[in-house]
Amino acid sequence: MGDELILLGYDISMFAMRVSIALDEKGIEYEYREESLDNKSPLLLEMNPVHKKVPVLIHNGKPVSESLIILEYIDEVWNDKPPLLPSDPYQRAQARFWADLIDKKIYINGGRVVWFSKGEEQEAGKKELMDGLKLLEAELGEKVYFGGDKFGFLDVALIPFYNCFDTFERCGKLRIEEHCPKLIAWAKRCMEKESVSKSFAMAHPSKIDEYVLMTRKKYGIE
Amino acid sequence: MEKRDESSVKLVGFWVSPFVHRVRWALKLKGVEYEYIEEDIFNKSPLLSELNPLYKKVPVLVHDGKPLSDSSIILEYVDQKWRSNPLFPDDPYQRAQAHLWARFADEKVLESAWLALCSEGKTQERAVKQAIENLEHVEEKLKGKRFFGGDIIGHVDLMMGFISYMLPVWEEVGGVKILDPHKFPAIAAWTNNFLNHEAIKAEYLPPTAETSTYFQWRRKELIPVYASYGQ
Repeated sequence: MGDELILLGYDISMFAMRVSIALDEKGIEYEYREESLDNKSPLLLEMNPVHKKVPVLIHNGKPVSESLIILEYIDEVWNDKPPLLPSDPYQRAQARFWADLIDKKIYINGGRVVWFSKGEEQEAGKKELMDGLKLLEAELGEKVYFGGDKFGFLDVALIPFYNCFDTFERCGKLRIEEHCPKLIAWAKRCMEKESVSKSFAMAHPSKIDEYVLMTRKKYGIE
Repeated sequence: MEKRDESSVKLVGFWVSPFVHRVRWALKLKGVEYEYIEEDIFNKSPLLSELNPLYKKVPVLVHDGKPLSDSSIILEYVDQKWRSNPLFPDDPYQRAQAHLWARFADEKVLESAWLALCSEGKTQERAVKQAIENLEHVEEKLKGKRFFGGDIIGHVDLMMGFISYMLPVWEEVGGVKILDPHKFPAIAAWTNNFLNHEAIKAEYLPPTAETSTYFQWRRKELIPVYASYGQ
């Protein structure tokens, strides 16, 4: 087709994983380039000058950044492939709402705080994370996937964080499966998908442990 | 105008919230009639808890009994349901850029300006510096254009709208200077275009002494809360 697609990511980035899973789900060919956090490539700095972050999807030389925005872009451009997002405006809005909740509760104010703080601050992070996971457990209910019968936008948005559960549990002394058994079952179902297992193969949880420990030491928490 | 939908649209808001104003502008642009319900966010009603149980925040749009929260999500929904005066471009790449700049409006511009309002000393200095840097990106984006998307008002204009009328109030109350029109001529010109747009003018409630009083109170309350931010 003549499309040039480059994905800038790094191996354990949950956000880059969202994009590679989506691209693989759609059967889209692309070139993956590994970025180093400490030594960002000129291409990354040129393509995402404001935030200098991965993932960035470069489509025929034009960059799209922010993982959820990239997912929507992929869905709109490759609309001949099975859709990730529902077509009904209200359901789309709900999907966006939950994806935003994942970013905020599971990561920014939750998991990330559990990883990189201690004491009272960490306790607050643990509560955010567990609250978020329980809400998602309830939202999933008896469905096979968040999207219903088909693996979709919300499933893609959340599944990369499954790779972090071990580290969340260790850092925060948490027991996720106890409180969220449906979520764990859902995650295992997702892992059976080729697009998901392929992305996970690059990002062994031990690498996440390493990254978290190194960062904790850098922040003077360990 | 889609009359069958008119009576079934409700907006729960708070008088001074820029997030709520965006939705009012969007509904005005689309010619949608709705019932506005004022919520006292410091004394939250059972209605708000019912409509937005997770966050209990405004705005909440209720359409045909179904609630939606988060101003950016509401704006996209409104754009999809009422097709006159489209807020988003058709091209997927341009749409992605619109989403990106909408995020920048809240996560960076508004966030830093709010922190500058509600802090003092070193924390405020850092916030002001950050706010100015953020505006430099906005200035660059606006160069040579009437609105963020070009000639027509759109999603990003509504998301950045607070800059035109709310930011000056925050600057005054916080005792800071962020938006110098000489440093940011494109933003100054856009402010003019935005505030003179017929839909914005029709829905516009200029800040009053009451607005300043409100934000003076918020500043006083939040200075101790934000004292340790940005370290």
